[in-house]
Amino acid sequence: MSTISVMVNGRTYKNDVEPRTLLVHYLREQLNLTGTHIGCDTSQCGACVVLMNGTSVKSCTVLAAQADGAEITTIEGLAQSGQLHPLQEGFWEKHGLQCGFCTPGMIMSAYDLLQQNPNPTDEEIRHGLEGNLCRCTGYQNIVKAVQYAAAKMRGEEVEAAPVAG
Amino acid sequence: MTTTPTKMVGQAIKRREDPQLITGRGNFLDDIKLHGMLHAAILRSPYAHATIKSIDTSKAKAHPGVVAVFTGDDMMDLNPLPCAWQAGGVKNNVNTPRALSVGKAMYTGDSIAMVVAEDRYVARDALDLIEVDYEPLSVVVDAKKATEAGAPQLHENAPNNIVMEWECGDKAKADAAISSAEVVVKEQIVNQRLIPTPIETRGSIARYDEATNEFTLWTTAQAPHVLRLLATAFVFGIPETRLRVISPNIGGGFGQKIFFYNDVAFTMWAARKLGRPVKFVEDRAENYKSSTHGRDHITDVELAGKRDGTITGLRINTYANLGGYLSTIAPGIPTTLYGRIATGVYKIPAAYCKVYGVYTNTAMVDAYRGAGRPEASYLIERIVDRFATEIGMDPAEVRRKNFIQPQDFPYDNGMGLLPYDSGNYEPALDKALALVGYSNFRQEQAEARKQGRYLGLGISSYVEVCGVAPSAWIGLPGQGWGAGLWESANVKVHLTGQVVVTTGSLPHGQGSETTFAQIVADELGVPYENIVIEHSDTSGTPFGYGTYGSRSAAVGGTAIYKSVAMIKEKAKKLAAHMLEANPDDIVYENGKAYVKGSPDQAKTLGEIALQAAVAYSLPEGMEAFLDETTYYDPPNCTFPFGTHIAVVEVDKDTGAVTLKRYIAVDDVGNPINPLIIDGQLHGGIAQGIAQALYENGVYDENGQLLSGTLMDYALPTASMVPAYETDRTVTPSPVNPMGVKGVGEAGAIASAQAVMNAVIDALSPFGIKHLQMPATPERVWRAINGK
Repeated sequence: MSTISVMVNGRTYKNDVEPRTLLVHYLREQLNLTGTHIGCDTSQCGACVVLMNGTSVKSCTVLAAQADGAEITTIEGLAQSGQLHPLQEGFWEKHGLQCGFCTPGMIMSAYDLLQQNPNPTDEEIRHGLEGNLCRCTGYQNIVKAVQYAAAKMRGEEVEAAPVAG
Repeated sequence: MTTTPTKMVGQAIKRREDPQLITGRGNFLDDIKLHGMLHAAILRSPYAHATIKSIDTSKAKAHPGVVAVFTGDDMMDLNPLPCAWQAGGVKNNVNTPRALSVGKAMYTGDSIAMVVAEDRYVARDALDLIEVDYEPLSVVVDAKKATEAGAPQLHENAPNNIVMEWECGDKAKADAAISSAEVVVKEQIVNQRLIPTPIETRGSIARYDEATNEFTLWTTAQAPHVLRLLATAFVFGIPETRLRVISPNIGGGFGQKIFFYNDVAFTMWAARKLGRPVKFVEDRAENYKSSTHGRDHITDVELAGKRDGTITGLRINTYANLGGYLSTIAPGIPTTLYGRIATGVYKIPAAYCKVYGVYTNTAMVDAYRGAGRPEASYLIERIVDRFATEIGMDPAEVRRKNFIQPQDFPYDNGMGLLPYDSGNYEPALDKALALVGYSNFRQEQAEARKQGRYLGLGISSYVEVCGVAPSAWIGLPGQGWGAGLWESANVKVHLTGQVVVTTGSLPHGQGSETTFAQIVADELGVPYENIVIEHSDTSGTPFGYGTYGSRSAAVGGTAIYKSVAMIKEKAKKLAAHMLEANPDDIVYENGKAYVKGSPDQAKTLGEIALQAAVAYSLPEGMEAFLDETTYYDPPNCTFPFGTHIAVVEVDKDTGAVTLKRYIAVDDVGNPINPLIIDGQLHGGIAQGIAQALYENGVYDENGQLLSGTLMDYALPTASMVPAYETDRTVTPSPVNPMGVKGVGEAGAIASAQAVMNAVIDALSPFGIKHLQMPATPERVWRAINGK
């Protein structure tokens, strides 16, 4: 066991972890942050993507011990003061999710993508999200969701879906 | 239906399911932690076929943190898992898995032993300490080879590994049509094995309460009521009421999560034995090895016709690979859900389909999105294209010439289905042709070929069967299931005016909470936000058959619609009493009941519900509360249809296929929520494109799964699929009052053949008339180069 200190979603945690504990298991099992998911064993699916020091990482491929001293943002930490992040809003508006299992990882990868490229083409979004698998949507509405967020983050007008009721 | 401007059905409303899922607040199986919960890990057979001579668990048991190690011998008090849907009208040589295998392993990944430990990592560690003495046996993985002389025999009761021989249609007529035809085209068409791959794998958490003798099971199930029935009545031999099944959020199903798997049995068994909750969640490799796969047909098909393009006969002979054992509804898929719809959108006067269900040393094969209909649709659309090429006729025109016509509905295709409900196939074809610019395409194609560029266009005109439920069909003994798959709905209006709907349907990505609430809002005239949809827990919902077979709107939705209609009738009677009027004079509209002509003197549904609940003045004989339940058994299935067109370019030098455009014109009946409809189609189309170009579940000759991880199984990423161009025609279904058909599987049923027909069209200058899926660069390059 070793002791790590990690800032997750703005709060500092100190925990004992086994040297082999994966970051994703640390987040899910020790911190009970279950929004980060596990969909494979081989680093393909991207359901576990979180931000580590501002950059997207697959938390199934990072040891918890490697996160010692790092700042981690998970899907639970993305909305600020009850206000959805434009990406979360975009996924909702554009029907960018169905079962929602890949969604947290998809949103965190898209977050990194938009930091690097605030005005991506559809093709750049498709390539940028190659590390995240979705089995439900066929990706079209994910692309639209990211475009919605990109436009909103650039301060442009965005078109919203009708609100029920 | 009401016709007010606030009508919700038909609107692209964003989903009410989403807020929890986009903020990480979903509650999926692996997110659940119970006090004292133990973790299970399963030792899986490395051999595809072997005798288990001995298992030594002593070292594993002694490992720190391990609570128990079990083998199949420990669980002999449990019955084998049930095969609930056998092929109808014929003998099925049934062999199903046990909670853990006893004596033999039938495929790589078969469950041999179970470690239960305090921690997931420790449980996995201990698997390595179990010593098993296997005696490997000969292996067969190919369904056709498994039936040949000299093949290894998997089960004593299944000579030549044949589960069943099933047929439909008229053999004599089909034989005669083929022997007397002007033209016969024949092909061997393989519909390769696919792995469903919901991004969330499967699993179970079982808890046993010694004080009450009751189990609670959280599991990734698309049909929790059915699972409860099978677990209690068939496997444990305990009353159904001793088990509560809860499906938490489900991370995609696509059919794979319908079935009864052994983890339900072994977690329940171990939880009772150890007096502590037990959790088992598959990893991806386990999901690939040991959860069900889909498709895997080898088919010889012959189509007879005239030189003018008229189709006169169809004869099909299919070997369907069902794996090492039978999964819950495995034999029903390549029979009832396949052969009976094999004639597709065409009037074919003589058709016959023979199916051999076959055991092999592979993972069990059962329903995967579309379940039988994609295989049927691929077959007929591929062979019709092949026929068009043979007689030198435009493939669009061959289709048009043979379409079932609008006036032919209800249409009996002679294959033992209920009649197709409604259809109008030409407008969908025409719309798709217009969208793709068909009139100019052949010229573009010819010019491109001159430049050494190989463009191809593929058409798929499909029909499928939704709302798999009617007792009039699926309930008949000759269909194998032997019971109607009706769906339930309870609707209550609470005294606060809040409407609570409980349904046996179980959305896991389909957005049914949203669409069901849209239906209720319109029909009852209450605000959408005052409607709650409850599901997924056998405690508190009426028995229902669950979500699969594109049945939630047409069957589950109609059950809700009918319960709402009953609520309205009762509300009208009570309103008449409150208004001292004749019930026949009461109008119910927009959430209010009033005497015809006097809308100002209306009683709101809230007022009526309050009166019904406090119950101090009710009409004589009326029970308190607005509370109505329906068990809806539809008179027929519904038959969505449409035309999909793919345009591809093939690189002659590398064999790479680029999907340039994908057009989908679908008719799913009256639309409830276009946003959700398009989403369902997109996802289905992506799965069909993936079958055509990428995915392949492959075993080597020793029964090792070569496509055993997401590194090896080519699940498409965002850059591997195009933008889909979707459009619609609307032909309401006469089967249900809302005129809806269903959309959950249509995309997957329509798409693979559109892409393959396009690829083969592109390759026609090379004399290529057929190519098996997936059309990988290697396979295409070999075809071009004759290697």
